[in-house]
Amino acid sequence: MIKPERKKELFGHAENNFLNCTSGWKSWAFTLDHKRIGIMYLIGVTFALFLAGFFAIVLRTHLWTYNSTLLDNATYNQMFTLHGAVMVFAFIIPSVPAALGNIVLPMMLGAKDVAFPRLNLMSFYLWIAGTGFLFLAIINGGLDTGWTFYTPYSIETETGVIWATFGAFILGFSSIFTGLNFLVTVNTMRAPGQTWFKLPLFLWSLYATSIIQILATPVLGITLLLLIAERTMNIGIFDPAYGGDPVLFQHFFWFYSHPAVYIMILPAMGVISELISVYSQKRIFGYSFIAFSSVAIALLGFLVWGHHMFTSGQSMVVTLIFSAITFSVAIPSAVKVFNWLATMYKGSISLATPMCYALSFIFLFGIGGLTGLFLGALSTDIHLHDTYFVVAHFHFVMVGGTLTALLGGLYHWWPKIFGRMYNDFLGRVGCFLVFSGFNLTFFPQFVMGARGMPRRYASYDPEFQIFHQWSTIGAFVLGIGILLSFGVLAYAAYRGPKVGANPFKAASLEWQSSSPPDFHNFVHDPVMNDPYDFDAMVYDEELDTYIQREFADPDKVPPRKEPVHH
Amino acid sequence: MLNQLMLLGQQTREEMIETVSKQTQDTSVPESAIEHAGTYWFPESASSFAPAVDSLYMIIFWICVFFFAGIVAAMVYLVIRYRRVGNEINPEPSTSHNTWLEIAWSVLPSILLVYIFWEGANGWFDMRIAPEDAEEIHVTARKWNWQFTYPDGDISNELHLVLDRPVKLVMRSDDVLHSMFIPAFRQKVDVVPGRYTYAYLMPTRVGQYRLACTEYCGDEHSNMRTMCEVHISEEDRKSTTEWQEAIYKPWKNGERLFKINCSGCHDVEGVAKTGPALNLIWGETENFSNADSLTVDENYIRESILYPNAMIVEGYSPKMNSFEGKLSDAQIDQLIAYIKHLKIGDPEDDGILDPEAAAAAEAGEGDDEAGEGESADGETEDGESGDEEPAEGDEEESGDDVDNSGDAAREEDPTAEGDDDTSEDESDG
Repeated sequence: MIKPERKKELFGHAENNFLNCTSGWKSWAFTLDHKRIGIMYLIGVTFALFLAGFFAIVLRTHLWTYNSTLLDNATYNQMFTLHGAVMVFAFIIPSVPAALGNIVLPMMLGAKDVAFPRLNLMSFYLWIAGTGFLFLAIINGGLDTGWTFYTPYSIETETGVIWATFGAFILGFSSIFTGLNFLVTVNTMRAPGQTWFKLPLFLWSLYATSIIQILATPVLGITLLLLIAERTMNIGIFDPAYGGDPVLFQHFFWFYSHPAVYIMILPAMGVISELISVYSQKRIFGYSFIAFSSVAIALLGFLVWGHHMFTSGQSMVVTLIFSAITFSVAIPSAVKVFNWLATMYKGSISLATPMCYALSFIFLFGIGGLTGLFLGALSTDIHLHDTYFVVAHFHFVMVGGTLTALLGGLYHWWPKIFGRMYNDFLGRVGCFLVFSGFNLTFFPQFVMGARGMPRRYASYDPEFQIFHQWSTIGAFVLGIGILLSFGVLAYAAYRGPKVGANPFKAASLEWQSSSPPDFHNFVHDPVMNDPYDFDAMVYDEELDTYIQREFADPDKVPPRKEPVHH
Repeated sequence: MLNQLMLLGQQTREEMIETVSKQTQDTSVPESAIEHAGTYWFPESASSFAPAVDSLYMIIFWICVFFFAGIVAAMVYLVIRYRRVGNEINPEPSTSHNTWLEIAWSVLPSILLVYIFWEGANGWFDMRIAPEDAEEIHVTARKWNWQFTYPDGDISNELHLVLDRPVKLVMRSDDVLHSMFIPAFRQKVDVVPGRYTYAYLMPTRVGQYRLACTEYCGDEHSNMRTMCEVHISEEDRKSTTEWQEAIYKPWKNGERLFKINCSGCHDVEGVAKTGPALNLIWGETENFSNADSLTVDENYIRESILYPNAMIVEGYSPKMNSFEGKLSDAQIDQLIAYIKHLKIGDPEDDGILDPEAAAAAEAGEGDDEAGEGESADGETEDGESGDEEPAEGDEEESGDDVDNSGDAAREEDPTAEGDDDTSEDESDG
């Protein structure tokens, strides 16, 4: 039992917090605070999302008719390239880890900051620089290689390949710095008593992601430098005209870019593990299976890059092996889905906005994951490779997966970050628009692809027009949904009603700090508890929030429903 | 709109044709190309392995539907059954861990995955390996056209096949990556610059089908589409197709190139000279002093011409100079055809397709041995380059000319161009 004033200071809405402890632009530009860096990252990646989303809307508008003249071919090619490159390198890869992870990770550990705050800020400025180079590419002739930069087209095209690849190179370092920081932080800065198996699952997934980031990204960096060297000096490694091998580039590129798919989806899965358990108020089912499945995905993800090259003429033995290993990645992903469902069993399921996103995630990621089976099987992949089927598949995973989880996670931690609640009704409307718009956009693309519609086509056979039109309508609905969702959040950050430390009865450590958190994250030493022991939290009427049993008035505390888990 | 919604659900053949005919359109493929409407998920099915691909697709589809329906049903049930009413938070206790259950749902789906992998690999073997007697058609992909060269040297810009005759496509690219995709055959193979790739086709249905490039290749990628026509018989193919006629078969041109470039060191009677004899090497396993042994195929010969010292046949020393930049890709094609002919060709075959034109060409340039090789090469696509540049030293330049003129020819009507060639040659003679 603590004094009411002290309790309010610890668990109430904090008037003095990391947002207003210092002011002026320098206090943000030179901040070493992981929360401020996370917020700057969030603003940055949201900007990248809107830019690349704008390209997507232009593309979809162009594809309304089969022989559209809205864009000429060259402009269309630039649009889809920039859409892909900005989305992948500047938005999806940093989205959940660098924006959300940066804010949440140290607090989940009960730490003051990440292990290397300066490296963290450096990572953000590298993101700025890398994205800046992508912009320079747009100004200096654009980019029309596709985000994959396949040689030899990327060697001979006149567009700004060097600017863009250099941008991606720098963004790679930004990603490595974040990953390195997270690895060291999780290893060395856990709260006393916080063993590996008391980490929230979000941290397991961020840890697995970080391993991929620091092991795979250097390969991309080298590959892109070699591409630049090939363009400027004709070193003859990728260009067949000088004795190089264009397929070698594909191997190098996918050695990074396939694990990068897991950089995109693993943190999202971590977010969903948190959301499902908090909004069901149930201990996560099969904690260790989910934790190890993240690590398994990270490791297996290094061994399947060749499945992007089944049609490239690589040897038959290699192709068979890659197909077999590809199927093995399906298992840990499926295990997670089953565990999430089992978590909801006998829970107390709230359909608040974050849970709506989590349920959308299971639905969309389910489709995205299952359609991967068609592409892992060799004979069907030959038909579906480089068609709209593939486009639909990876959008279901990356948008239906990562973007949905990012939004769900933002809604979940928003009251923690800003100490203010969003409008739950509008949040759910936004979620519904995102969900339905997304399905409308991409489901027709599966049918188109299976019927033989190749990807990256500026004009197409008229029989596909009806599918493209549905897809275009869906894209606009999706766009409106995303704008609404971010609008609701932005409004809440300024005008939302103030809330206390833990409005959702979550149990992980970050909810023990005030909302918004103090500059040092915690005013008191956080009390280590099990991140999924929701019964440890009790409602406090004065603060209208949930606090730990230890701090509550003993007379008002209800008895424990389940024994403490060991 | 409702009408369109129905179309989305099921487009019948009639509806599809109607959709197309309503739009005054300019697609690459004539209306007849889509007269065999497919099913909901697939385009028309016209190759031997298409049914297997489709049935595997449907097997996976139903497995997915089963799991997805299960997942969504469970999710909806749980949300409704255990939804929170008001602010009352009262989860019921239940276990959060059950090792056997978790192992079961990890292992049982794996069995299905192994099955899918197995079926996919099996079907893929059938798509990869062409039988020995397959007709060999050479494909040259370049921005943004397709060129198909048939065993008799004829050239077309659409792919023409004969019903039930297996075909092996030997493909190369002049510039960047392309990919040869025929949806109706469920077949797709990348065309990679700097090497040969192979595709096996086995058409089982007469008709016209789409052939598209599916590897992004620049501005006109989406217009790099042509047609694949399956003819009822060889006669039908020969008579109804608009060909660019050739005078000599490719191997005959290759023989002339061989005499000019290779015969100093390589024998074709089985005698080892500075280099090994080349008459019997095709399809054989070669052993090397500095590399693993391999079977002689297009890629090996190409590499030996361009990078001769990468693999030295056992018992020989590295004496050959690279022909990189001296022989064009088209000429290397012809040399390969010649070496292949030496082993498996018909010895009675004289390699001349159009005796009159050949006689005219011989008469015109009989005094210049080097010129013969030139014109033979040139005449297949453009008579002029050979006639004007008969000197041996211009070998290299002429090779380029052939490529360029090929480009020019494709932009015009192929028959008209072919006729012009012939008449020009005749008048020259």
